[in-house]
Amino acid sequence: MNIVAQTLAWLTDPANWQGPNGIPVRTAEQVAISGTSLLIAVLIALPIGLWIGHTGRGTTVGVNVANLGRALPSLAVIGIMLPITAALDPQLGFKVYPTLIAMVILAVPPILVNAQTGVGEVDRELVEAARGMGFAEHHLLARVEMPIALPVILGGLRSASVQVVSTATLGAVVGFGGLGRYIVDGVSQNDDGQLYGGVVLVAGLALLTEASFGLLQHVLTSPGLRLERAGASETAMWVAPEAAARP
Amino acid sequence: MIDWAWLADHLDAIVLRTVQHVYLTAIALTVGFAISFVLALWVVRRRMLYGPVIGVAGILFTIPSLALFAALVPITGLSVLTAVVPLVLYTLVIFIHNIVTGLEGVPAEVVEAASGMGYSRGQRLWQVELPLAIPLLVAGLRVASVSTIGLVTISALIGDAYGGLGFFITEGIRHSFPTEIYTGAILSMALAVVADLIFVRLQRRITPWSRARAAGSPAPVTPR
Repeated sequence: MNIVAQTLAWLTDPANWQGPNGIPVRTAEQVAISGTSLLIAVLIALPIGLWIGHTGRGTTVGVNVANLGRALPSLAVIGIMLPITAALDPQLGFKVYPTLIAMVILAVPPILVNAQTGVGEVDRELVEAARGMGFAEHHLLARVEMPIALPVILGGLRSASVQVVSTATLGAVVGFGGLGRYIVDGVSQNDDGQLYGGVVLVAGLALLTEASFGLLQHVLTSPGLRLERAGASETAMWVAPEAAARP
Repeated sequence: MIDWAWLADHLDAIVLRTVQHVYLTAIALTVGFAISFVLALWVVRRRMLYGPVIGVAGILFTIPSLALFAALVPITGLSVLTAVVPLVLYTLVIFIHNIVTGLEGVPAEVVEAASGMGYSRGQRLWQVELPLAIPLLVAGLRVASVSTIGLVTISALIGDAYGGLGFFITEGIRHSFPTEIYTGAILSMALAVVADLIFVRLQRRITPWSRARAAGSPAPVTPR
């Protein structure tokens, strides 16, 4: 009860809603770095994933990249980047780049592998039919394969966004602001109100992000696909590829 | 760039932290699998519970790890529970999903044939359905082990007592000492890759019938 009261007191204290360490600024920092890294990751991963899925070339490479990406602990990536980027740029290289680069590296695998499997799993008969109707390859990809694969592609974005928001929180450890700041400071200053306030904000943002992508996924999925696809796309990253391919 | 003398001086600590990393992972996987197994058997029989159960597990999975570890500090202090409880919670969605999918993927004819041969419900589960679900169970173990090994490093942020190899990452960041950061980062990634390979081997060993099929599927983690 004490903890709840402390948390509420911290969250409702007007002082915590102002200035460079205020909740609005910290939230904006977290959202900005998350959005930027997700955008960069999409620009890198989506074309490659679509190309692999469409041509069927490099499928093994794609799966290996995804597996390797999963083996990278986020803190380890931030840690590895820190000395390198700090040497290149003493200001941002310490605060922003390690976290940003780690976020991009961790967001690429789910986007790539879902784009690849989504497009790759489109019924080959549909693709052949479209070819027979005279679709050029890029039209085939844009008008047949991508709309059908869209739920799976968005599922990849959804996993990536969760990963990204989580990693942005870790950025607080290396001096990036964001909402993780409150957690790190709360632990080091033994300030439970701040700690739990941070936990509530961070968890809230993560759940909101995940729910928004879920909603987007639902809205953008063609009604004809909704029934058969229900539940399939969101879990694509959690199942190892060969097991998912099991008949 | 790498301070070899430091490495040589700290071999004991490196071994100790590696062992700690492995045992934290092993405890989390064992407890997580046990809880998930019970829940999965339960929701397979009562299908309407699957949605709520996987939903709650999914929400837990979405909560950023730093937040979950930190949230336990005032409650459990700096005990092993603070490290292990979040690790266990993060495995649930992976295990439950894979166990349920594995059990439901058993062909209906096989289940009927087993019933027709006089298998009781329990015998059918242990002798027919679970063996056929092994590829998916092991797939779940692979994903969960890799993810847990990564999360153990983050538990180092809570305190130096735990955190496995993550201890070197956080200490290296604190002291701006790259060698220590690289030691923790590279060894924890290596652990993840090794764990993945072990589970792939294990799956081939215990399900020889799937070998023919697996031969055509992409190799995991590293090409060999």
